[in-house]
Amino acid sequence: MNSKLKILYNGIVTENPTFVLMLGMCPTLGTTGSAMTGMSMGLATMGVLICSNVVISLIKNLIPAKVRIPAYIVVIATFVSVLQLVMEAYLPALNTLLGIFIPLIVVNCILLGRAEAFASRHGVFDSCLDGIGIGLGFTIALTILGAVREILGTGRIFGAEIFPETYGSLIFVLAPGAFIALGLLIALFTKLRGARC
Amino acid sequence: MLEYISIIITAIFVNNIVFAQFLGICPFIGVSRKLSSATGMGAAVTFVMVIATCVTWLLQFYVLNPLGLQFMQTIVFILVIAALVQMLEIILKKIAPVLYSALGVFLPLITTNCAVLGVAILVVRNNLDLGQSLVYALATAIGFTMAISIFAGIREQLALSNVPKAMRGVPIALICAGLLAMAFMGFSGIKIG
Repeated sequence: MNSKLKILYNGIVTENPTFVLMLGMCPTLGTTGSAMTGMSMGLATMGVLICSNVVISLIKNLIPAKVRIPAYIVVIATFVSVLQLVMEAYLPALNTLLGIFIPLIVVNCILLGRAEAFASRHGVFDSCLDGIGIGLGFTIALTILGAVREILGTGRIFGAEIFPETYGSLIFVLAPGAFIALGLLIALFTKLRGARC
Repeated sequence: MLEYISIIITAIFVNNIVFAQFLGICPFIGVSRKLSSATGMGAAVTFVMVIATCVTWLLQFYVLNPLGLQFMQTIVFILVIAALVQMLEIILKKIAPVLYSALGVFLPLITTNCAVLGVAILVVRNNLDLGQSLVYALATAIGFTMAISIFAGIREQLALSNVPKAMRGVPIALICAGLLAMAFMGFSGIKIG
């Protein structure tokens, strides 16, 4: 049981995809204008990651080593297409908001990275847990970044007002604020992790 | 003509792929430690982006649309780009060994460069015709090359400065990128035609 918990902890803290591995930077910066969009993007990526991890771990013995990367890409692309169709049908507003970043999940290095580094070497259940852990780590990171940018930029969090909008500095919602906020958050996370060890 | 100039200026300055659209961040952060490798990466991206956009545009409008297979777009595009990069690598090795030795190491990295797939999808979503798509792809790639070269120049200087321990590496680089993005926002008023 302990080792199962460790897989989850690993994904959320030790190998947090955003703050430690620094993978999947494009959606991290591009979709975190508010806490809500950041969280949605994180959850969408987590869904695809869990499915692709499970399937790749199931078929890992059937794929010849030489063509494994294209095979992984096809599996991931299939689930991304499924996600695209589902979002178009049931969440059209969110789909327009996240826009091009939904099809671009397919080139998110986190998915291919976990397929190669974890799912191709572990059992189905562990791979599923790894998908949940890494996915949660990604979702939490995106939600925090989105929340920080939303509070500093507009004085709101998840749309609820904390201080009047005129006190906010709009730059944090715009492009430069994304880079600066992420840089500061990574530095903070590194500092905290360093202090504990 | 004016229309093309407008596309070029918009893609390079106003809507820069890195600073305004957040695509291609991985190579932007990962391959920008040295100016020489940054320009190499920029050249490789330019090469692949123009060819990939041309091929995927033709596929979308002459194969996927007539057959009603639009939902296959993501799978088809990523496979085509992956195959294309592999093929370019083989062809370059045979025909232009000099070019290959300059771009070779960067080519495999480009398959998972979201800027290439992003531009291929964007030109389809914005309904550009083939000429406009090619100009857009070329201008976007030039914008990427410019961004990564400027950034690499800054990072070469940054390596010499005394940065607080927790900020070293990626964090300080991201903050520099933020300041650069702020500078690029100055272009946002430009409109042509």
